[in-house]
Amino acid sequence: MKQRYVYALAAMLAVIGLAVFIYKWQVLGFPLTENLEKPVWTIESAIKFDSGPGSIKVNLHIPTLTPGFRTLNENSVSRGYGFALNYGSGGREAQWAIRRADGPQTIYYRISVFEDDTSEQADTTPPFPPQPVINEPFRTAVDVILADVEDHSADTASFTSELLRHMNDPSPDPNVELLMSDVEDDADFVDIVTTMLAAARIPARMVRGFELDGRQRRANLQPWLEVHDGDRWRYFNPTTGEENLPQRFLVWWRGNESLINVEGGSNVHVDFAVQENHLDAVAIAETRSAKQGVRLIDFSLYSLPIQTQAVYGVLLMIPIGALVMVVMRNIVGIDAFGTFMPVLIALAFRETKLLWGVVLFTLLVALGLSIRFLLERLRLLLVPRLSAVLIVVVLLMLVISLMSHKLGMETGLSVALFPMVIIAMTIERMSVVWEERGAADAMRAGGGSLLVAMAAYIFMGMSWLEHLIFTFPELLLVVLAVVLLAGRYTGYRLLELGRFKALADN
Amino acid sequence: MFATAKRLRASGVLGLNERNANFIMRLNPRRLYPRVDDKALTKELALHAGMAVPDLYGIIANQGEVRRFAEIVADKDSFVVKPAQGSGGDGILVVISRSQRKRDCYRLASGVLISKAEIEYHLANIVSGQYSLSGNPDKALIEYCVRFDPIFAQVSYQGVPDIRIIVYRGYPMMAMVRLPTRASDGKANLHQGAVGAGVDIALGETLTGVLKNDVVDDHPDTGALISGLKIPEWDFILESSARGYEVTGLGYLGVDMVIDRERGPLILEMNARPGLNIQIANCTGLACRIARIDEIYDEKAKPAERARIARREFSAERQISIF
Repeated sequence: MKQRYVYALAAMLAVIGLAVFIYKWQVLGFPLTENLEKPVWTIESAIKFDSGPGSIKVNLHIPTLTPGFRTLNENSVSRGYGFALNYGSGGREAQWAIRRADGPQTIYYRISVFEDDTSEQADTTPPFPPQPVINEPFRTAVDVILADVEDHSADTASFTSELLRHMNDPSPDPNVELLMSDVEDDADFVDIVTTMLAAARIPARMVRGFELDGRQRRANLQPWLEVHDGDRWRYFNPTTGEENLPQRFLVWWRGNESLINVEGGSNVHVDFAVQENHLDAVAIAETRSAKQGVRLIDFSLYSLPIQTQAVYGVLLMIPIGALVMVVMRNIVGIDAFGTFMPVLIALAFRETKLLWGVVLFTLLVALGLSIRFLLERLRLLLVPRLSAVLIVVVLLMLVISLMSHKLGMETGLSVALFPMVIIAMTIERMSVVWEERGAADAMRAGGGSLLVAMAAYIFMGMSWLEHLIFTFPELLLVVLAVVLLAGRYTGYRLLELGRFKALADN
Repeated sequence: MFATAKRLRASGVLGLNERNANFIMRLNPRRLYPRVDDKALTKELALHAGMAVPDLYGIIANQGEVRRFAEIVADKDSFVVKPAQGSGGDGILVVISRSQRKRDCYRLASGVLISKAEIEYHLANIVSGQYSLSGNPDKALIEYCVRFDPIFAQVSYQGVPDIRIIVYRGYPMMAMVRLPTRASDGKANLHQGAVGAGVDIALGETLTGVLKNDVVDDHPDTGALISGLKIPEWDFILESSARGYEVTGLGYLGVDMVIDRERGPLILEMNARPGLNIQIANCTGLACRIARIDEIYDEKAKPAERARIARREFSAERQISIF
């Protein structure tokens, strides 16, 4: 009956723990391994212009929907300007305004993005575009070209490709030549293609952005063509007609409006600079979850002050030490002093490192024991005797630290990190066992404690495990479940197999 | 490894985890523990139930009473000092005689002479809780020193050999005789190096012994054969142990008895967490006997009847094939 409760409780805890863990890992993108860094690009647009005599209003298109990327953060730096965010036909627009300004002005807008394949464009399906008004003789040229392209295509995608190929033909026919006569740059070209597609009742728009590639002092906006095939938006290279989007292409804005519009200023320049940084994947996942409004993230340990984080980094490993303890004692069957003494010793080993930890611990206990035997002759009452042992332990720590410092072995200093009360109790327990059951028993239990402490240290020191528990503290519920199950483990302990060997041989 | 575990399981060997989880936690409610953990209380309960126990000379309950020691043992030549809440025989001092010339010089079972001051220091340690299970202040009992029956004289080295009987739900299910050795310093505790000899419940006769998990035929110090010794008053011993269930209410109980030369079998103490080495001493697992008792368990059976049933059920012949 109780057995079933324990199983049910353990299963429940494990399921909750694992569910939260998997959600955070798979959905929120928290990394399983430590030091996983993701590239983060910071794009800075510097708007420079000379101010006019009156009020100034600056409108800049800024990224709205960025397939393949997610925004980490954005900000703007301007002196004395009022800032507003508007939604226009081309997406978001940042607006800076000031009543009066003198001389050359610079406004910065900065956005940090990181790659995320799951980021899709939550874009709406556009209506069929209205038949554009095109004047003759262009109308005829467009009609002829569209009719020709239509003959050579099957669907929207192939129609677009064919149209682009046709328009980019190195030896263009007179119709194309006529249309291209006004084209000055790629943007004009894409604009014309968009109009032609509209004439064919295909929703299309120009997107502009740039390829993010390392560090760029001056990034150039590239026009690209976006066509909706009734199902989703597709991207076409305007110069080759191929359907693709360049690697790491950040879409800055859409439509044929100009990037910037400055009222009351002149000599407008916008420069883009790109900087690639590497940021901890945890930080990215957190920012992202916070943006999605996931409440769970408010309870993340990473939101604590750094110092507290360091404390929890250690504290959260104690359950792992306790688990090791449970396994060593109830499943292996090793004798040790005190229930959690080995775990506390293992904590001290974190600072001293294993070899020195074992050496210092053994030294401390051996010296403490010999002095304890001297105290035995004085016939002190229990509490004063324990206090005397504690004081002796503190003095021994001091002596070891000073000696090792003089000898130039700085590791000896870390002896101060041993939990002195625990050591004093260990010495007391060990001396009592020594007297009553002999040196062999005392040594065995002492050695057992050290062995368990070493095992606990090894597990508590695994940096990947530490990261895992710190990032996913809910895994402690799984640890709890395992400990509960171990609490109902009624099988033999490993060492019992040897103990009852004689009975198994029958 | 798994094969060994499987064989052990097949021969019904009980492991520590299973003992703790399935029997001690289920059958021994914690509130009843003081009845066995406090030897003063055990003694009182046992006396009340009409069972034979060693006479109590006096109890020292606090530091101030330590000086009453001399007064308590005034006319006694031999006595035993033990902590009321001690575990595993720790802190027990057996005084067998006094120095002829000086009345305040005491000879221990090991032959060592110690002074009154040393005994008083030991009493102070007991009272301050050095030997108690929880580390809490304790009481020291000073009681009759059992002069053991010569039956085990050949197979003990000093100290008092005792009989440990495991009683499951009131039925004695397994027994062993614990024989002190030089290594155990006269103490009858297996983990201190005493020899444990299995006992055929049906006949009250010793089987082979076990020393530190190994099966032995002879006593390591005296060299005498351990097996085949007939324990006197076996019926009475079994019945007394069975009665331990009524006295303590514990369903999984270890009863320790000694046989005094004059007073016969006496209950020394009872234990809520008896060890498992008894299985090695008897070359038999406890799990089979537990299963058998669960089958024949009768709520209304009296201690004498339960002892009789145990004699009928747990004869060693069935498992004796190894000899």
